[in-house]
Amino acid sequence: MDADLKMSVKQLNFFYDKFKALENISLDFYAGHVTALIGPSGCGKSTFLRCLNRMNDLIPKSRVEGKILLDNEDIYDCAVNVATLRSRIGMVFQKPNPFPKTIFENVAYGLRVNGIKDKTLIADRVTESLNQAALWDEVKDRIYDSALELSGGQQQRLCIARALAIKPEVILMDEPASALDPIATQKIEELIHQLKKMFTIIIVTHNMQQAARVSDITAFFYMGKLIETDKTDTLFTRPKLKQTEDYITGRFG
Amino acid sequence: MAINRQFKERWMRRFFFVIASTSIFILLLIMIFLFAEGLPIFKKVSLTDFIFGKYWYPTSEPPEFGIFPLIAASISVTVLSAVISIPLGVMTAIYLAEIAAFKVREIVKPMVELLAAIPSVVIGFFGMVIVSPFLQDMFDVATGLNLFNAALMLGFMSVPTICSISEDAVSSVPRAMKEASFALGATHFETIFKVVLPASLSGITTSIILGMSRAIGETMVVLMVAGGAAMIPLSIFDPVRPMPASIAAEMAEAPFRGDHYYALFATGVVLFCFTLMFNIIADHIAYKYKQTGDSTL
Ligand SMILES: Nc1ncnc2c1ncn2[C@@H]1O[C@H](COP(=O)(O)OP(=O)(O)O)[C@@H](O)[C@H]1O
Ligand SMILES: [Mg+2]
Repeated sequence: MDADLKMSVKQLNFFYDKFKALENISLDFYAGHVTALIGPSGCGKSTFLRCLNRMNDLIPKSRVEGKILLDNEDIYDCAVNVATLRSRIGMVFQKPNPFPKTIFENVAYGLRVNGIKDKTLIADRVTESLNQAALWDEVKDRIYDSALELSGGQQQRLCIARALAIKPEVILMDEPASALDPIATQKIEELIHQLKKMFTIIIVTHNMQQAARVSDITAFFYMGKLIETDKTDTLFTRPKLKQTEDYITGRFG
Repeated sequence: MAINRQFKERWMRRFFFVIASTSIFILLLIMIFLFAEGLPIFKKVSLTDFIFGKYWYPTSEPPEFGIFPLIAASISVTVLSAVISIPLGVMTAIYLAEIAAFKVREIVKPMVELLAAIPSVVIGFFGMVIVSPFLQDMFDVATGLNLFNAALMLGFMSVPTICSISEDAVSSVPRAMKEASFALGATHFETIFKVVLPASLSGITTSIILGMSRAIGETMVVLMVAGGAAMIPLSIFDPVRPMPASIAAEMAEAPFRGDHYYALFATGVVLFCFTLMFNIIADHIAYKYKQTGDSTL
């Protein structure tokens, strides 16, 4: 691969108490590339994604084995500050989850908790991120209205803007368009195209057309294992394994 | 068969309607009685003299029916008890909902709720026998039965109400919202103070108002530990006579349908207005600032 290695997962196992949800996963992520994680529901895509920003730390009795390197440093090292780590790795969730605050405050939130107090800087960043998330034109006259008044697609783009505001290096997206209509979905996909120049993007999707449209690299998960990973074009046209072929041609899943 | 079921259905509906209307009717009767027995006092004193009159000497000659000292006592005791119970109750709720391990919460929450089951006379007794001598020694005051003692006891009594309802509100903040905050690099405490608390503010406020409404209507505790002096308190260690204590203490000796009797009922009306106001505010807040749930699409 001709790009910079940004994150690298090495022999990762993950347990929910006694249940082994991920088994021996090794996978690299490159800067400026979109990596799609596909696979049938329940195969561990979300679990895997949530290991990457240590969101699973919040789940009682869960356990991680193996290494995840961000710029060659293990994010599970005990010296790592989890809050700082999460501000470097943004996340967009499956269901839009704006705070019950104004649009402005939603985007400013991450800046404030990361210690930015300068009012003009905050205002600039809010505008910039809303622009990047292709939402500015729709909300510029009402950024002090409640975010809950926005439509689902707008809320999701707001959540993306919120994640962009703190200038993360990596952005994790867990089926960001699964709760949206086709037009809103298209907007999100265009957005991903725009954003990949600046960020390392990892997106979970159960929609294979979407994976084919937005990603450069695709990884196929099945029952907690990483079955196959390749350039998206290659994986969808000439999969090496029978299992992958069956899944992408819709013979199971 | 179908007709038979419809018939049953109709009679069940009537049955429940009658039961429900009976209880509402009885409550209504009590209220009418309260007003009917309280209003005649205003033939003797004007409403403003009654409420703002500084002297409550119902048995002297001529009697004075100014309940301002009683109102001042009720308000000061309630406010001071809220100052004690709000931080205790709300912080315990946050601890239980957000910080405590699951097992701790499963044990402690029912225990806090059980506190609400302690009979108020026991709390009053505790205040009289343990707290009062302690206050007297500690602060070198004339009597340990005073405003502060009453506020302390009422504060303890409202903690279960405040804690239990607040805990429900705090723990019903959607997980997705907390995760959004964590994902942006917020710490646990930033998430609690900037996301969880604002989102559960309506529930917490409701709990506080219900706790205060319990405190202002509480009779036995203030009767036992407030000291009983019908004076406007100047310090938190002054003995006071809140409205419920006055009614309970004097009703037995007030001549039936005499002026004193009417004045006590009118005091009851004032007290009722206070608790009614608390409940309307609580209702209003619960309605206006509904708990924020999942975002809808
Ligand atoms: N909090 C949890 N506790 C226990 N098991 C879980 C939890 N979350 C997910 N799982 C299980 O882990 C497996 C993978 O789930 P998930 O990562 O959500 O799959 P996907 O996102 O691919 O649909 C599933 O079998 C699921 O039941
Ligand atoms: Mg999932």
